[in-house]
Amino acid sequence: MKKIWIGVGLAASLSMFGCGGDKPPETAKPEASAPAAGAGGAAAMPDEANGGTVTGKVTFAGAKPKMAVMDMSANPACDRAHKGAPAHSEEVVVNDNGTLKYAFVWVKSGLPDKNWAVPTTPVTLDQNGCMYKPHMIGIVAGQNIEVKNSDPTNHNIHPQPTVNQEWNESQAPGAESKMKTFARQEVMIPVKCNVHPWMRSYIGVVSHPFFAVTGDDGTFTIKGLPPGTYTIELWHEKYGKQEQQVTVGAKESKTLDFAVKGA
Amino acid sequence: MHLYHMGKVWLHRYSVLVACCTLILVIAGGLVTSNDAALSVPDWPLAWGRLIPPLEGGIVYEFGHRVAAASVAILTFILACWLQAAEPRAWVRRLGWTAVVVVLAQALLGGVVVLWVAPKPLSIAHACLGQIDFGLMALVAQASRPAQPSGTGQSRRRAPLIAAGALFVQTILGAAVRHNATGLLPHVLGAGIAIILVMWAGLPILMTEPEDSSQRRPAVALLSLTFSQVVLGMGAYLSRIMTADAPQPMPVMVWLTVAHVAVGSLALGAAVQMGAAA
Repeated sequence: MKKIWIGVGLAASLSMFGCGGDKPPETAKPEASAPAAGAGGAAAMPDEANGGTVTGKVTFAGAKPKMAVMDMSANPACDRAHKGAPAHSEEVVVNDNGTLKYAFVWVKSGLPDKNWAVPTTPVTLDQNGCMYKPHMIGIVAGQNIEVKNSDPTNHNIHPQPTVNQEWNESQAPGAESKMKTFARQEVMIPVKCNVHPWMRSYIGVVSHPFFAVTGDDGTFTIKGLPPGTYTIELWHEKYGKQEQQVTVGAKESKTLDFAVKGA
Repeated sequence: MHLYHMGKVWLHRYSVLVACCTLILVIAGGLVTSNDAALSVPDWPLAWGRLIPPLEGGIVYEFGHRVAAASVAILTFILACWLQAAEPRAWVRRLGWTAVVVVLAQALLGGVVVLWVAPKPLSIAHACLGQIDFGLMALVAQASRPAQPSGTGQSRRRAPLIAAGALFVQTILGAAVRHNATGLLPHVLGAGIAIILVMWAGLPILMTEPEDSSQRRPAVALLSLTFSQVVLGMGAYLSRIMTADAPQPMPVMVWLTVAHVAVGSLALGAAVQMGAAA
């Protein structure tokens, strides 16, 4: 009996050596996978010529919060990248026009039951200046994310999904881009780097292409919506979620603004 | 006889050294978690595909923890061999080899945590097994003392061992809090129970055996460490609240939390030693 348990223990030990750790961390070849065309049937595309458009902005009310400075002194390469202009947390970025940057706006419900085409163009997530650029991205489930390391220092990329497969990989300076994807809708997936604990970004994975991330002007535009009534959700990492309903017809444009109240 | 005694003295000193190194390893592990560096080295047993990875950022903590673990494994193996050669009591020799198995199991568990991207149950198990390892080292250090305490018998042993059990349950609950598997309430309630049990174990010793330093010292250590833990626990929690909005782990939170982990280990070790000395 003892021999059986010793054998099981050895087998378990050997299998652990064989799992995951044998691949060199500088994954040289991009793990490109053909974007999924959606499960079964012809993939639907947004009809921007005839569809409805929802546009709007995310305003911010209240005092502009002061974002903490990131202490990069432990890593000289990161520190050098921000010489003279220390990097601030991007948890809340209020634009000069009083709008909120990095808010994720998406169609939560109301779409017809279709298989939406997955774009073949990857979305880039770059590690630059020891910060993720951009701070927030949105992809269609199955769409590729091109993870780049533009820094002269090492990073590890560690997304923390709850319904998708979690992974954690290293990326040395000069290493080739990694092509990764997430198969299931999940709003939002936080991403961090365990080498540089201040690094944080978010990936919104949606099963359709009707989403947007607000930028420097705080606006969003969602085009090509089939006529109907929709629930539009706003997601922000600090201020949480808001929902609104909107009804659009063919070739109709509707404005939908969100107001976020600071502390 | 003199040589034999000197041999026992050095064996004891060496076992204390190994116990101290094990505590340093526990602290190194605490630094990894508190600095959010647990997966900064995504592969195992190599580190970034090499023996020595680029030492920057969180990698310093994670790789430092691995180096400390390898060192403790070697030291523990030497201790087990020394016990095998020089210790007449079979149970103490077995304890040494048990410690070797535990430290190797810890290393394997740590590797699985890395390869499976730190699932919470395994991360918690890794934290707890580390405390078991330290408890074993404390027991070996106590057992290898050249002058063994006279002992008051089985009845006095029960209370400190129950207190050690409560402190270990606190370890599990604390690890669950650290890895966001549970809220704070069970750990706080457990602290109350642990304090009562520690007082039940320690106070009678101080009242009835004030002259017996072999009994008194572990009792004083256990009581003072446990009460210190309450203060450190509050500090760790408050520092976490106050730095919740910081973009990265702040030093005050890191050090208070790691101190809380370390003193928890020492309290557990003190309870184990009290039980062994009784």
